[in-house]
Amino acid sequence: MSVLVFADSNNGAIAKSAQEAIHYGSKIGETTVITYGDVDDSALAALGSYGASKVLINKTITEFDGQKLSKLVRAAAESVEVIVFAMDFSGKSISSRVAAGLNAGMVSGALSLPDTSNGFIIKKAVFSGKAFANCKINSAKKVIALMPNSIQVETSDAMATVEEFSADMGDSTLSVKEFKAKGGGGVLLTDADLVVSAGRGLKGPENWGMIEELANEMGAATACSRPVADIGWRPHHEHVGQTGVAVRPNLYIAVGISGAIQHLAGVNGSKVMVVINTDAEAPFFKAADYGIVGDAFEVVPKLIEAYKKFNAANN
Amino acid sequence: MKILVCISKAPDTTAKISFTDGDTKFNEAGVQFIINPYDEWYALVRGLELKEANNGTVTTISVGGPDYDPIIRKALAIGADAAVRIDAQPTDSYQVASEIANYAKDNGYDMVLCGKETIDYNGSQVGGMIAELMDLPYVSLAVKLEVNGTIATIERDVQGGTEVVEVSGAFVLSASKGMAEQRIPNMRGIMQARTKPLTVVPASGSSAMTEVVSYELPPAKTACKMVDAEDMDELISLLHNEAKVI
Repeated sequence: MSVLVFADSNNGAIAKSAQEAIHYGSKIGETTVITYGDVDDSALAALGSYGASKVLINKTITEFDGQKLSKLVRAAAESVEVIVFAMDFSGKSISSRVAAGLNAGMVSGALSLPDTSNGFIIKKAVFSGKAFANCKINSAKKVIALMPNSIQVETSDAMATVEEFSADMGDSTLSVKEFKAKGGGGVLLTDADLVVSAGRGLKGPENWGMIEELANEMGAATACSRPVADIGWRPHHEHVGQTGVAVRPNLYIAVGISGAIQHLAGVNGSKVMVVINTDAEAPFFKAADYGIVGDAFEVVPKLIEAYKKFNAANN
Repeated sequence: MKILVCISKAPDTTAKISFTDGDTKFNEAGVQFIINPYDEWYALVRGLELKEANNGTVTTISVGGPDYDPIIRKALAIGADAAVRIDAQPTDSYQVASEIANYAKDNGYDMVLCGKETIDYNGSQVGGMIAELMDLPYVSLAVKLEVNGTIATIERDVQGGTEVVEVSGAFVLSASKGMAEQRIPNMRGIMQARTKPLTVVPASGSSAMTEVVSYELPPAKTACKMVDAEDMDELISLLHNEAKVI
């Protein structure tokens, strides 16, 4: 099967979720990558290490314009069978456009490679992570949007060939005016391997210092529960749960979050969950791998110290 | 200003998820259905705010059977002026998007608003597909929408921040958290909703390109291992040596 992977670039670098998508594509078949913007040829050739054999780049597109990019991807997808996107911000923006334009059936939030023993079946999370569905794509062309953090990327020394690619992308009625960076910088929540999250148990926004310190020490992203975002203690983009962001880190540490079913829906893709709560009856303990019953204001500083000690001994 | 808002039916966020018929169907027994929260709290309410400020109309559109009518009446109670239900069982995003696009393309809407995803199938596909099928720009994961004449200024979530985009003319948007605040229907709205038009139109016969062959529930969690609150070195050691995540 021939595969095309759309890879978004971010400040000249190929996004982590896109690296995963390339690796995923290469497990399905001969993989070509399509990307755009100002990325070094050496960085593009290096995508071979994730499994790409060829990289197509369009340097005339310099900003994310979904109308033009979906036409670009469609043009590049003419003779391929499977088109893969990362289900990140840019993937959500153009993947379904491309699918509709190509008359291709689409599965988004894919968690597995396609099972082709009886059709083309892909497992995906449904009901906000509370269940999985095995979805069959019945069309000739197939579009897959891969859930970030759902596969392990292996790299090799291979290099990809790089070619410029152009297509008739028409005019766009959309223009990008401004980018507003989120405050605090740090690790991107949906990409993060480690997430430190806190809820109402912290009693006030002024108490987030220790959560940020723990996250900084660990190289983790920070997150929060819905009530905390709703009352304005933390920004909305940190809200993890059914109606917020869904995350799938290796480690999710929840501090002072009771673990309502809506919150669990956003985090139950995490590999390991640690819950710190004063209430031994908090429902989160039922979903957790490791639990600590105790006051966050005592436990978290101890955890920071313990992690610092561990880090010093291991690095 | 003519605004079309796409409304989908979804199980309540607290619903217990289980399956029947050999794990091929969602078990609806005892499940309360609601308007998909992203469609209601963000797309619909922002549409209503714009309609009120600009003397426009809000029509909701859904693809579904008569079982959709209660949630459609709720959308009318919240303030939509009229509702359209395309009479077909929704099977996949492509079929739903094609039905909506086929209806919308001849009706001159200034904007089509959707929620960013449904909380059952989590596809995040319908908005982009409608845009493609109507050849309109699509702005995904929007958190802010202002309209000034024929220019819409939209802020959307992107990697590491938000991006402000301007669109001239009609567009399709998917709404994310932050776009508006939930509205609770009042008694007057509920009474008025009974007499507002809910038009049922036949489907154009678009067919699905994907199907769910089976469902699975996640494996049961093993019991939580409790760690002494005084002994965080033990937790770090477990995370390093046993769970191998740090």
